[in-house]
Amino acid sequence: MFKKLKITCDQATTICDKSQYNEATLFEKVQLNWHLINCKFCSLYVKQNRKMTGLFKMKSADCEEKIKCLSKLEKEALKKELEKI
Amino acid sequence: MPETPPHTLSPNLWVDNYADYLFNYTITRVNDSDVSKDLVQETFFAGLKSAKNFQGRSTERTWLVSILKRKIIDYYRKINSNKGKAEVRLNFYDNGENEGNWIEERIPQSWDNESEKIIENEELKNQLEDCIDNLPEKYAIVFRMKTIQGFETEEICKELAITASNLWVIIHRARTQLRKCMEDNWFNI
Repeated sequence: MFKKLKITCDQATTICDKSQYNEATLFEKVQLNWHLINCKFCSLYVKQNRKMTGLFKMKSADCEEKIKCLSKLEKEALKKELEKI
Repeated sequence: MPETPPHTLSPNLWVDNYADYLFNYTITRVNDSDVSKDLVQETFFAGLKSAKNFQGRSTERTWLVSILKRKIIDYYRKINSNKGKAEVRLNFYDNGENEGNWIEERIPQSWDNESEKIIENEELKNQLEDCIDNLPEKYAIVFRMKTIQGFETEEICKELAITASNLWVIIHRARTQLRKCMEDNWFNI
């Protein structure tokens, strides 16, 4: 039973990353929590990973505000290229 | 019930009608303005060349997007095969008795004055952008699509022709690398 729960730090942090997107399964979360009982490095990773998610969300919100377009000049150049065909 | 007439193509209006949409669609996936411009141009070229195959079942824009999607996959495959450039550094031993454990020098360190440093400002955003830019391109693309643009896992896998487990390995490596990069360049300087 406990053997199935045993995972490495690499696997634990992968599950932690998946759970940042709410895509870790219940069993994976149990494995992660079991691992965290004895691993201070991964516990710190989990804590910092949540902060990183906060930073990424901030970045994401920032990007949503920007719609990127081609300039008039770029469009004209593109039209010329197409006319060559 | 009358049948809907088939859609037609008007290549002379493509640039005005779809260039911005396709460019925006591309840049959210590849995050490089020049590459995006090239891919949009290639899409129009390919569209012109295969215009005779257009059957009018979809709209002109949907048809162009489907061409563009293939161009993005081709681009992704191309960069995926570029070896040697900006490889992600290992954070865990990948063999031996320590397999799966943290490599000593990559173990997470406590961050100094963490709450003070998470205050939103341009400098922080720029540092984060620099760290993302330092990822190998294929990692950066998958990471951006999943985390910054918020695409569903299934959609990314379909668009980039990768498996879900592949995607999670990439996301995991990208995030551990970004954590380390922000630790070294923002939190602990």
